[in-house]
Amino acid sequence: MQSAPAVETTGLRKSYGSVHALRGVDLHVDPGSVFGLLGPNGAGKTTAVRILTTLLQPDDGSARVAGFDVVRDAAKVRQHIGLAGQYAAVDENLTGFENLEMVGRLYHLRRGQPGARARELLASFGLSDAADRLVRTYSGGMRRRLDLAAALVARPPVLFLDEPTTGLDIRSRIELWDAIEALVSEGTTVLLTTQVLDEADRLAARIAVIDQGLVIAEGTPGELKRQVGGERLDIHLCNEGRGEDAVAALASIASDQPFLEDGSVRVPVVERRGTIADAVRRLDDAGIAIDDISVSSPTLDDVFLNLTGHAAEHEGEEAEAQSR
Amino acid sequence: MTALRYGISDTLVLAKRSLLRIPRQPDLLVGFTVQPILFILLFVYVFGGAIRTPGYDYVDFLMPGIIVQSIVFGGFVTALGLADDLKKGLIDRFRSLPMTRSALLTGRTLGDVVTNIFQLIVMFTVGLIIGFNFSSSVGEVVAGILLLLLIGYAFSWVFAFIGLSSSSPEAANAFGFTILFPVTFVSSAFVPVHTMPSWLQPIAEHNPFTKMVNAARALFLGIPAGNNVWVALLWTLAIIAVFAPLSAWRYRRVVTR
Repeated sequence: MQSAPAVETTGLRKSYGSVHALRGVDLHVDPGSVFGLLGPNGAGKTTAVRILTTLLQPDDGSARVAGFDVVRDAAKVRQHIGLAGQYAAVDENLTGFENLEMVGRLYHLRRGQPGARARELLASFGLSDAADRLVRTYSGGMRRRLDLAAALVARPPVLFLDEPTTGLDIRSRIELWDAIEALVSEGTTVLLTTQVLDEADRLAARIAVIDQGLVIAEGTPGELKRQVGGERLDIHLCNEGRGEDAVAALASIASDQPFLEDGSVRVPVVERRGTIADAVRRLDDAGIAIDDISVSSPTLDDVFLNLTGHAAEHEGEEAEAQSR
Repeated sequence: MTALRYGISDTLVLAKRSLLRIPRQPDLLVGFTVQPILFILLFVYVFGGAIRTPGYDYVDFLMPGIIVQSIVFGGFVTALGLADDLKKGLIDRFRSLPMTRSALLTGRTLGDVVTNIFQLIVMFTVGLIIGFNFSSSVGEVVAGILLLLLIGYAFSWVFAFIGLSSSSPEAANAFGFTILFPVTFVSSAFVPVHTMPSWLQPIAEHNPFTKMVNAARALFLGIPAGNNVWVALLWTLAIIAVFAPLSAWRYRRVVTR
């Protein structure tokens, strides 16, 4: 293990009047890893990112990023971070190239570098063809990719991504995930906030679940999912009368006892890889015909229900905005 | 030394960004060209015949006034731009970069100086075509133009503060045009103050816009300036001294909504 953590916070607190956005948050992110901060709207994720990127000052507690204190050495911190987020903070009245070149100049890259770096990033994010078009003609997915590229201009060792895929369609979301994964393979530390368990699961080595300003659970995605009960196969049979036979046939691949519910067979499984094929083969061997089969994953709601006993509060997009 | 060099280069980068926006947003371009031209033509040809300005042609009386009013609103693009940056989250990006912190503001206000120069050229050209004449020395005309640019610069800081304090570009727009716009009318810009009702005259007389317009008139038309130029200059410097720090303070505290 490397010595200094890329991000470390101790007892971080921040209130806005009577709203307690953070109520003592401790985080520890190893260099070169992806750390997911998972929680519903208004949980305090954005406030945490704002403090770590020097946009806000904490009321209490301390935070270090890339070895520098976010309050005392804010200027140093800004030289070592990149920030991208749910806003896609790019200038609509500039072209993609102009946006990245401007950011490169503001990072004080050496002469000639801002333009070269901009071309390089546009190419690696599949935006070369759109480089000289105004950003207001870009699709939502293209804007997010440009936003991410802007955060990478100075090759920062620590990257903050605040809900990078919120509001994107599935295809754009997957493209962005691929881009983030490629980055991490080059050694960048990423702190990512998300409301989507899938996203944290796919990208993060460790996840902290945050709710009402407190970290309520932390671990690898596997550890958290095991706490929640993992995934489940839902199988609808052509002949519902054979449900008990199906339960018997599938018991050995289940992580917990399969059961019947609403005319379907529910099979809890830990590992989704290969289980569908396995289940189909076993039912086929037993001569049981399948009408439909699907996998349901635990959602953020399941995690919250399990960890806190209450469902994630969906206060809408406004909740966190208002708490600022 | 390095800090100063970065401060200047960051300001220039952001001034360029501010200027690139104008030709790409046709409504802004119209605001800088067509609108002042229309105002000049409307006032001169529609109201001009009804307004008596003893000693001058109305076009000579009007041009300094309407130019001061246009230059005051030249910085409006800064209010709209900053409110938009806040709404779109760009302020967060800029504040997370290792750039000079105030450069977003100094860049925008510097960009406004360039657009104001452009605006002055357009307005003086139209004025000269429809009969406006400078009747003072070259030195006075140059001094007048510099004073106008300084007035425009001062109001860029007022608009920076409005932009950073508004909840949206629309709110900034409403504030600018429902509050500041009428104030420019209660002045000597369009009609002689002595034609106003007696209760309004002292207000108009002490309106800083009146001082600025009178100063511009004195410098362009060669009439005795009295203390108008110095009072106008003091007002302008006072506005910068108040609103530049106020905007910088607001910028440090503001977060994206």
